[in-house]
Amino acid sequence: MAKVTFATDVCKGCGLCVDACPKQLIVLSNDKINKKGHSPAEITDQSKCIGCAFCATMCPDCVIKVER
Amino acid sequence: MAVVFEKTKALTDAPLHYCPGCTHGIIHRLVAEAIDELGVLGKTIGVAPVGCSVMAYNYFACDMVEAAHGRAPAVATGLKRALPENVIFTYQGDGDLASIGMAETVHAATRNENITVIFVNNAIYGMTGGQMAPTSLPGQVTQTSPYGRDVKTVGFPIRVSEMLSALDGPEYIERVAVNNVKNVKAAKKAIKKAFENQINGKGFSLIEVVSSCPTNWGMTPKKALEWIDTNMIPYYPLGVYKDRSAVKEEK
Amino acid sequence: MAEKVLMKGNEAIAEAAIRAGCRHYFGYPITPQTELAAYMAKRMPKIGGVFLQAESEVSAINMVYGVAGTGLRVMTSSSSPGVSLKQEGISYIAGADLPALIVNVQRGGPGLGGIQPSQSDYFQATKGGGHGDYHLIVLAPASVQEMADLTATAFDLADKYRMPTMILADGTMGQMMEPVVLPEPYEAKSEKPWAVTGTKCEREHNIINSLYLVPEELEKVNFARFEKYKTIEENEVMYEEYMMDDAEYCIVAFGIAARVSKNAINAARAKGIKVGLIRPITLWPFPKDVINKAADKVKAFISVELSMGQMIEDVKLAQECKKPVYLCNRAGGMIPEPEEIIAKLEELEGGND
Repeated sequence: MAKVTFATDVCKGCGLCVDACPKQLIVLSNDKINKKGHSPAEITDQSKCIGCAFCATMCPDCVIKVER
Repeated sequence: MAVVFEKTKALTDAPLHYCPGCTHGIIHRLVAEAIDELGVLGKTIGVAPVGCSVMAYNYFACDMVEAAHGRAPAVATGLKRALPENVIFTYQGDGDLASIGMAETVHAATRNENITVIFVNNAIYGMTGGQMAPTSLPGQVTQTSPYGRDVKTVGFPIRVSEMLSALDGPEYIERVAVNNVKNVKAAKKAIKKAFENQINGKGFSLIEVVSSCPTNWGMTPKKALEWIDTNMIPYYPLGVYKDRSAVKEEK
Repeated sequence: MAEKVLMKGNEAIAEAAIRAGCRHYFGYPITPQTELAAYMAKRMPKIGGVFLQAESEVSAINMVYGVAGTGLRVMTSSSSPGVSLKQEGISYIAGADLPALIVNVQRGGPGLGGIQPSQSDYFQATKGGGHGDYHLIVLAPASVQEMADLTATAFDLADKYRMPTMILADGTMGQMMEPVVLPEPYEAKSEKPWAVTGTKCEREHNIINSLYLVPEELEKVNFARFEKYKTIEENEVMYEEYMMDDAEYCIVAFGIAARVSKNAINAARAKGIKVGLIRPITLWPFPKDVINKAADKVKAFISVELSMGQMIEDVKLAQECKKPVYLCNRAGGMIPEPEEIIAKLEELEGGND
C-alpha cells in the first residue's frame, strides 16, 4: 500500500509523471484547472500505487510526495 | 507509512519559474538532494549563471551569488579561495559555460579548482528565446540558425566533457542525462560524487547534464525527452570522461 | 616614529593593502602595474594569503566579486586597457553593493595606446565606467606615501559604504621610488551580515545579486544607492590646497600633474604671478565646494591634465562657469613641463593687462 500526494497548485501539467508511472496510474486532470491555469496531474487509483516514486523522480517541480 | 519521496529542504519554497516540463527543475532537485544528503547545506554557497537558471538563487536554500554571464567559475574561484572549508558550486547553462564563459571554465578546470560545476546542456539559449548555442546540434533549427546549424559557416558543437577531459587538471568529468528515471538516478549519483570530491579535497568536478528545452525545441515535454535519446545522446555520449582518483587506484 | 623605506609606488600599494588586512589579490599581467602583482605573488603565500594570476582581467575582477561577497578584503590591479576589461565586473560589484579595491595605474590610450603615464581614464573612473547608474569612490595619490596611505583609506571607505573604490594612479606614480612610512598593520572590523559565508542552517540564505526584474524595485535600489552617494559627497571629499590664500589663478590638477603644477607655481610666483593649486585627492566625490568658493576670488582656472581634457568638465561644473577654465595638457604618455604651465599663466597675465 503506497500513497502519492500532489501539490496541485505548483503542478504545471507537463505530464512527465504520467509517462514515468509504470502502472499508468497518473493522468492530467480532465475537469480541474489549478491556480496557474494548468490541468494538474492526479492519480486514478491510489490502491494500485506501488510507491516506486518514478513519478516524483521525473517531476521537475517537486509536486509529488510519496509514502509507503 | 514512511516517506519515500518528498521535497528536499535544500530547495526553498519558491515555485520554479521554468516552463512546463523543463528539466532544470529535475536538475535543481538533484543538486539540492546531494547537498542535503551530504549534510553540507549550511556551508554551501552556490553561484547562479545568466540564462534560464538566472534565478536559481531564489531556489537553493544555501547562500547564493549571482554571477555575470559566463563568469561563474571565476566567482566560484574567489569564493573557494576565500572560504576553503565551504562547499562551492556553480550551476551553468551551455551558452554561459561553453560560449561566453569558456575561458573561465577551462582555466578553473586546469587549476583543478576545488569546486563543483553543474553544466546543463540543452543545446539552446532558452532565456533569450531559443538562439543557437555552442552545443546546438548540426542542422538544428534555432532562432539564429533558421535554416539549421550549418557547420560550414558556424562550426561544430563543442563536446565540453571530452574537451575538458583532455586537460591534466580536472579531477572528475561525467556526462549524464535526465530524460528517464534510470538516467535521472545515474545523474544524481554523479552529482553527489562531484560534491563528495570537493568535500574530500579532490578538486574540480564537472557534471554535464544533457537536458531538454521543450519550449524552444518546439516539442511537448515528452517528445523533448525522446529527442534527447534520439538526437542528443548520440552526439553527446553519456559516461565518465575523467576520474583521476579511479586511475590512481588502478595503478 | 616608524621607519622610512624606499619603495616604488606600486609596491607601496601592495604592502599597504596587506597591512590593511587584504589577503586576496587577483590580477592579470599588464604594464605599468607589474610590480604590484609581483609583490603580491611574493608576499601572499608567506602570510597565508591568496595571490592568483587569473586567465584574464575579466576573470580577475569576477574572482574579486566572489571574495567580496564573503565580506573579506580583496583587490585587483591593472592598467587602462585591463581596467576597461574589468568594467563588467565592477558594474556587478557596484550593483551588488560589495566592497572591493581596484587599482588603475594608468597608461596612454585609447586602444592599446602606450605604456607611458596618462590620466585619460578620468571619465571612466569618475563617471561609473561600466553600464548602469553607479559611482566608485576614486582616490588619486600624488606621492608614494599617498599610494600607501590612500590604499588603507580605500579599503576602509569600501567597507564603510559597501561599494567598490578605486585608486587612480598613473605610470609615474607606480614606477616612482620615494621614501615612505608604511601604515601600521590593523585589523578591519565591520559587521557584514549580508555576506555569503554559509547559512549554518541558522538563518535565511543570503543572496549577492544585482538582478531586479521588477522595474519599481530596481528604481528603488538605484535611488537608495544615490542617497548613499549623497552622504559620501557630503562627508568624504578630500583635497589639498597649495598657495591658494592670495591666488589670482587656480590650477586644478591631481596625481603627477599636481606635482608638476607645484613646481610651476613656485617658479611662477618667483616671477610675480599669484597662482595656487587645488589638488583633488578624491576625484569622486569631486571637491566641488572648494573650487566653487575659489571662483569668487580667482580670475581663471587652469586644469592641468595628462589627457585631452577630462577633469576640466568637472572644474567648469563645480564653479558653475563663473570663471573661465583653461586647459594645459599633454596626452598619449607625455607629461607637461612646468614651463608649459608657466607659459599658459604668462599668456593669461598678458591677456588681463
